[in-house]
Amino acid sequence: MSDTTTAANQARAGIKSADFDIVKLLLEGRAFFALIAIIITFSMLSPVYFSVNNFLIMSSHVAIFGLLALGMLLVILTGGIDLSVGSTLALAGVVAGFLMQGVSLEMFGVILYPPVWVVVILTCAVGAFVGLINGVLVAFFKVPAFVATLGLLYVARGVALLMTNGLTYNNLGGRPELGNTGFEWLGFNRLLGVPIGVVVLVAVAVLCSLLLNRSALGRWIYSTGGNERAAELSGVPVKRVKVTVYVLSGICSAIAGLVLSSQLTSAGPTAGTTYELTAIAAVVIGGAALTGGRGTVRGTLLGAFVIGFLSDGLVIIGVSSYWQTVFTGAVIVLAVLLNSIQYRGRRRAAAATSSPQTGKASE
Amino acid sequence: MTLHDMNGVREKESSVVLSARNIAKSFGNIHALKGVNFDVHRGEVTTLFGENGAGKSTLMKILSGVIQPSSGEIVLEGRPVTFHSSSEARDLGISIIHQELSLAPNMNVRDNIFMGREIMGPGGVDYAEEEKQTRALMRELEEDIDPLTLVEDLRLGQQQLVEIARALSVNARILIMDEPTSALSASEVEVLFKVVHDLKSRGVSIVYISHHLEEALQITDHAVVLRDGVMTASAPRSEINLEWIVRNMVGENFDLGSPPEGHRIGEVALSIRDLTVPDTARKGRNVVDGVSLDVRAGEIVCIYGLMGAGRTEMLECVAGRLANASGMVSLLGHDVSSLSIAERIEEGLVLVPEDRQRDGLVQTMTVGKNLSLASIGAFTRNSIISRRRERSLVERAIKNVTIKTSGGEAEIGSLSGGNQQKVVIGKMLATNPKVVLLDEPSRGIDIGAKAEVFRLLAEGARRGLAVIYSTSEVGECLSIAHRIVVMRRGRISAEFSSDVSKEEIMAASGEAVNAI
Repeated sequence: MSDTTTAANQARAGIKSADFDIVKLLLEGRAFFALIAIIITFSMLSPVYFSVNNFLIMSSHVAIFGLLALGMLLVILTGGIDLSVGSTLALAGVVAGFLMQGVSLEMFGVILYPPVWVVVILTCAVGAFVGLINGVLVAFFKVPAFVATLGLLYVARGVALLMTNGLTYNNLGGRPELGNTGFEWLGFNRLLGVPIGVVVLVAVAVLCSLLLNRSALGRWIYSTGGNERAAELSGVPVKRVKVTVYVLSGICSAIAGLVLSSQLTSAGPTAGTTYELTAIAAVVIGGAALTGGRGTVRGTLLGAFVIGFLSDGLVIIGVSSYWQTVFTGAVIVLAVLLNSIQYRGRRRAAAATSSPQTGKASE
Repeated sequence: MTLHDMNGVREKESSVVLSARNIAKSFGNIHALKGVNFDVHRGEVTTLFGENGAGKSTLMKILSGVIQPSSGEIVLEGRPVTFHSSSEARDLGISIIHQELSLAPNMNVRDNIFMGREIMGPGGVDYAEEEKQTRALMRELEEDIDPLTLVEDLRLGQQQLVEIARALSVNARILIMDEPTSALSASEVEVLFKVVHDLKSRGVSIVYISHHLEEALQITDHAVVLRDGVMTASAPRSEINLEWIVRNMVGENFDLGSPPEGHRIGEVALSIRDLTVPDTARKGRNVVDGVSLDVRAGEIVCIYGLMGAGRTEMLECVAGRLANASGMVSLLGHDVSSLSIAERIEEGLVLVPEDRQRDGLVQTMTVGKNLSLASIGAFTRNSIISRRRERSLVERAIKNVTIKTSGGEAEIGSLSGGNQQKVVIGKMLATNPKVVLLDEPSRGIDIGAKAEVFRLLAEGARRGLAVIYSTSEVGECLSIAHRIVVMRRGRISAEFSSDVSKEEIMAASGEAVNAI
């Protein structure tokens, strides 16, 4: 913990010297140092913590939060929030489970067993649809993001429960004669020793990073969150941008749902409860501002790893799950605290030049 | 304080209740006030005149404790005082009524008047007592407002009276009124003036700020003029007239350039026909009311008007930000009325908004990303940004509008106000527009930066750009504009060529005639 505070102090000093690159480095460095501190601490406390295999197992846990957090990052960058990601994850898992059981079309008297790639596409479409509803509510009907996505949190969870009557699909393996095997590949299997879930996370992270840094949409996302009015007057299609980020967040949740149900080899309607909060925490620990406009893929990934490695470490050294909750909460509060200290410092630096206008504008 | 000054204070003690001595206030490296002396006379109205940005509001905020001066002192009843907040000033009897009313519209009159100072009885808030006192206050003001009416149901003038009642309820000895009449109807202004007279007779001293010069002359006893943070003149009512005020307000102007000549004035670039924009706050009224205007390529048109004349709304409607009720906007002969903001930018019609902090800049992005924001399409292929082409566009923009910055990677907050404004202008000019609208481009920037902005606009016009800028400073009309259009109450009230006098422009805006 002491490492993180020093990092923040250095970051603040960096702002004063107005050296942007160093500030940026230290800003993200904060989460990085926290991660190093966590790894060192737990490695000393437990002999099994520091091993490649354990890191890979922990990373496959992180993959779920990481996927949700990347979608959440896109939404938070525009100044919104998506509380429905945990429920969407569960709904996506249940939809995938449902499709794997076969869809009976009574009209034709046949049962269709879609291959796994079709299941993946349809599941992602369900996630996108949930995101679309969120986005349209927020962008076009001006429903506050918190309320709109809170509503979808309940609706998506409810639909998932309705679809299974509260039960869990356990048979996701498919059958070779039906040509729908391979679902376990998504999360359960490994590619060159790396869990597929982690590979998926890395791929999505690279795509998100390209989107944010190299595409026009990325620039639009940052400007919408930074100053929506200015973005609109500069010709940014603000509404379309908002709908897009919620759709992307829905897709990320669906992917996380697929990976999770593959990891667990079962799809339950209660999966992912309160995961939305973990995802928000990861984004915030990663240095993003909840007010929008600030945040990076790298930081968010670090945030997800901090949370994942911390909670798994606490499990490994045998701390009770009640204490885990307390620790996780403390880390989140600390991260937000450092964020606000940092942005306050930056605002103060900016205030020297920006306040005269506000002072005069009121004349 | 020297002995001589002490004597001076004692001499005036009878008539001067509050005085500011050598007050200076800086925001960063911008000096809003540069050593101002200002006296408030007991039981009289002292009016503060000055153009936008002269420092009037800053001075009033200092006198009412909202902000603290960088140097200088405030003397109340002969004793130096310092306030750290507006509530400390209020406790000493100084109340301010801001331009934007500070009432809670969802609460009733009684609760607004006692907000934060609720009278407590044994069983919680003593509503009966509060109501009784509110009725007494309303009787004093001779205004029949029920204490239980919701503030949002009152007319604006009545809301103002509620503010005054609130100030009186804390026993204000000095009442500062910042542009109290700007939103009032003629009859409401009359009521207000009667209240002001009553307050005077009860010994309340009033500081009054208004842009309606002649209106202010009706009730003032003393006039003080501020210009660029310095007090330029002060005199009792008997010694002054309108001409004296205007002369001291405007002063000898810094040369802001002259209309560019020698280039070809082309075809009509922007044509506005019968543009009408409804008022969202008041049903059945229009903020822009049947405005028609043609601007040619290479021409610079200045739109002058008072606050609330409809300049901003007209420009925002032309740019596509506000929906118009009726009328048409066409660009180079074809109708753009139904296009979105983005499509209008694509067509070559851009707006530089009035409030650059709120509408112009994305504070979380770098100078370069702000500059390139409106022209992303120009360096994006297959939705992938070419960083090299973006960099060259940013470098070109920084050079073209002469932004003083360490480079495109610098943070927006590191720039001065004038350079921030140039970023907003540069961003819009980078889209290669045919028509550029600028809403108060000179607001809140210093005189040197103003001159540079105007030089930029004149250069643009030489290259065939049609330029429309609005201003509320009459001196700026008589600079680079070929034509000056005056707006008043949503309509165009006059149109002048560049050889018009300041007085004529002000008269057409309603500033120097008996308001309303």
